[in-house]
Amino acid sequence: MPTSAPSPEASAPRQQGGTPTALADVTASDSTLRRFLHGLPGVDTVGLEARAASLGTRSIKTTAKAYAIDLAISMVDLTTLEGADTPGKVRALGAKAVHPDPTDRTTPTTAAVCVYPDMVAVAKEAVAGSGVKVASVATAFPAGRAALDVKLADVREAVAAGADEIDMVIDRGAFLAGRYMKVYDEIVAVKEACGTSARLKVIFETGELSTYDNIRRASWLGMLAGADFIKTSTGKVAVNATPANTLLMLEAVRDFRAQTGVQVGVKPAGGIRTSKDAVKFLVLVNETAGEDWLDNHWFRFGASSLLNDLLMQRQKLATGRYSGPDYVTVD
Amino acid sequence: MAFEYAPAPESRAVVDIAPSYGLFIDGEFTEAADGKVFKTVSPSTEEVLSEVARAGEADVDRAVSAARKAFGKWSALPGSERAKYLFRMARIIQERSRELAVLETLDNGKPIKETRDADLPLVAAHFFYYAGWADKLGHAGFGSDPRPLGVAGQVIPWNFPLLMLAWKIAPALATGNTVVLKPAETTPLSALFFADVCRQAGLPKGVVNILPGYGDAGAALVAHPDVNKVAFTGSTAVGKEIARTVAGTRKKLTLELGGKGANIVFDDAPVDQAVEGIVTGIFFNQGQVCCAGSRLLVQESIQDELLESLKRRLSTLRLGDPLDKNTDIGAINSAEQLARITALAEQGEAEGAERWSPTCELPSSGYWFAPTLFTNVTQAHTIARDEIFGPVLSVLTFRTPEEAVAKANNTQYGLSAGIWTEKGSRILAVANKLRAGVVWSNTFNKFDPTSPFGGYKESGFGREGGRHGLEAYLDV
Repeated sequence: MPTSAPSPEASAPRQQGGTPTALADVTASDSTLRRFLHGLPGVDTVGLEARAASLGTRSIKTTAKAYAIDLAISMVDLTTLEGADTPGKVRALGAKAVHPDPTDRTTPTTAAVCVYPDMVAVAKEAVAGSGVKVASVATAFPAGRAALDVKLADVREAVAAGADEIDMVIDRGAFLAGRYMKVYDEIVAVKEACGTSARLKVIFETGELSTYDNIRRASWLGMLAGADFIKTSTGKVAVNATPANTLLMLEAVRDFRAQTGVQVGVKPAGGIRTSKDAVKFLVLVNETAGEDWLDNHWFRFGASSLLNDLLMQRQKLATGRYSGPDYVTVD
Repeated sequence: MAFEYAPAPESRAVVDIAPSYGLFIDGEFTEAADGKVFKTVSPSTEEVLSEVARAGEADVDRAVSAARKAFGKWSALPGSERAKYLFRMARIIQERSRELAVLETLDNGKPIKETRDADLPLVAAHFFYYAGWADKLGHAGFGSDPRPLGVAGQVIPWNFPLLMLAWKIAPALATGNTVVLKPAETTPLSALFFADVCRQAGLPKGVVNILPGYGDAGAALVAHPDVNKVAFTGSTAVGKEIARTVAGTRKKLTLELGGKGANIVFDDAPVDQAVEGIVTGIFFNQGQVCCAGSRLLVQESIQDELLESLKRRLSTLRLGDPLDKNTDIGAINSAEQLARITALAEQGEAEGAERWSPTCELPSSGYWFAPTLFTNVTQAHTIARDEIFGPVLSVLTFRTPEEAVAKANNTQYGLSAGIWTEKGSRILAVANKLRAGVVWSNTFNKFDPTSPFGGYKESGFGREGGRHGLEAYLDV
């Protein structure tokens, strides 16, 4: 585990797209990388889950709730990742992201819309001028089973179409086979393909990595390779974001910054559907990584149905009445 | 803008505290023979909650004879019938758990989060568990038809008022004994509410008698010639006194006394969970726990990083109104206890240990003590040897597993210990060498009615909980 933190203001903590200088040795070879990742402190499953559950009992009321709901709305990566996506669907999503609640213009915009690469141009147009970012999944999402060239072409297409953020998937097969360097190299290559304009989110598909030790290793691996965000999952497998795996990743970004001075964001995705859940995740952020991460530059929710529940709760707080699903837009 | 949690207080309206309470003897609430009363206050505000009758020697006598009178019929009931009462009491406790949790928080000062999520569920679980034993005593390993002892005189502390009551009363009733119980003078209310639970459950008169009072009532109870069994949880000093009183009589005695638990963190520990375990170990119930992990033994090679993580974590602890659902650290139970903690902490400083507390505003009224960490502590420091019974952690280091074991065992106590390592073989090897009644591995302060609990050395003798807990109440 990283010990004393070098001062965050240390000059050039990380070269563009590369390993932080403080940890340059770690990625020198396959064996140094493996040794480092396996030398990270273990995770006790029972303890981790108990801590996540205990933070889940925080009672967030009144002003705190209003703050949390607005913050959560501003952190949503409003997502549609279906085979059936059409320009019309994506335009509707973009409009929703820009004006989540048409009846209340004080509602914050979402952080981004998240679409497949071929829909980036449409999405870009839909949110133009609003400050809402366009994120695109790439690298043969969600399985990631394609040659590196294909993945990079996928990324370049999305970036060329104007994507502000790229959500890539790691090669879980390689990770589980212990070929960490392959996973690392691929992330580095994707980061390079993102250039300077797009931020990179690295999806681990935590449900497939299965153990918390693996999730901690993947988190460090992703951060070492230059991830701007580490993200739990694609939303396409049985187990997606959970309070425990998100808590673990928050510990990782906290420790990584303490050691290298580089701050990395976290994005739980999939399975977060209610305001109550979202608020619990924000409590995790607040009490684990701290308030520096309570900003949509550093924390996101990958979600679709969550937004409407947040809006209904927001209306309820404002009016005292629960208006119901007919009073939010269905897109 | 920071994420400030708005106050989220649990409603006091769920509990109706009467302005005064009597003693509970022979199924009735009654005044003390000499008419004495005392006040019980809420430690977080010093508000007087109620005035309670104070038991004296005459009342002890009355209660013991009521218990004696009830013993014949109660012990003659088939176990399955006694079980029904216990199951009923367990269910009533569950149904009234919110009320009892708020009451306990008010009278004790501990956070509602703990009474709601730990104390009350454990209380109900304890009654359920021993209800299950009542008709199976012949299979508990104490002979085919083990007999109860008679009247049990039980004296309990203020740190877990209702839970300690459950630990005492549930096994006593399951085995067919009758009970006279004296709660601590600072926390009499939940025991008196429990008396109401007994009435609600239709428990026969005299089977459970509750005598709120001070040490004199406790002393009279344990010395009473018609008491067959004495069970005490509390300080080692009082425990020794009780042992002297009981010596030479035919009374069966169990004592659950002080502790100075070592929480041993090896260099291969799961660090984040170890930090949580250290916090749970010493700050659960403001450290007023006999099995608290009050000595942190950390492998020297990871001391700096562990302490850094620990301090960061302590800075997130929320101290304040115990009824607020987001409060992690409540009030100290009494002015007297606060004075003791304060004095011992000052002694720690005077002896050269380095004191640290997170920035933490203490409420202006009530009894409060900030979570405190001492580093540079050695085995020779008073704060490494004496039980503080407060939110004060002494940090010591070790180099090898042998040294860890030697230091952990180098205490007059032997109640609890914790081991943190990802290496299973080390857990087993070290646990076998620790002279402590409970050894937790990769966790701390976890309780379950199925697990026996008790001490080595000056932490007492006898076991409570589990099958072993039956023995203390059986004539074996």
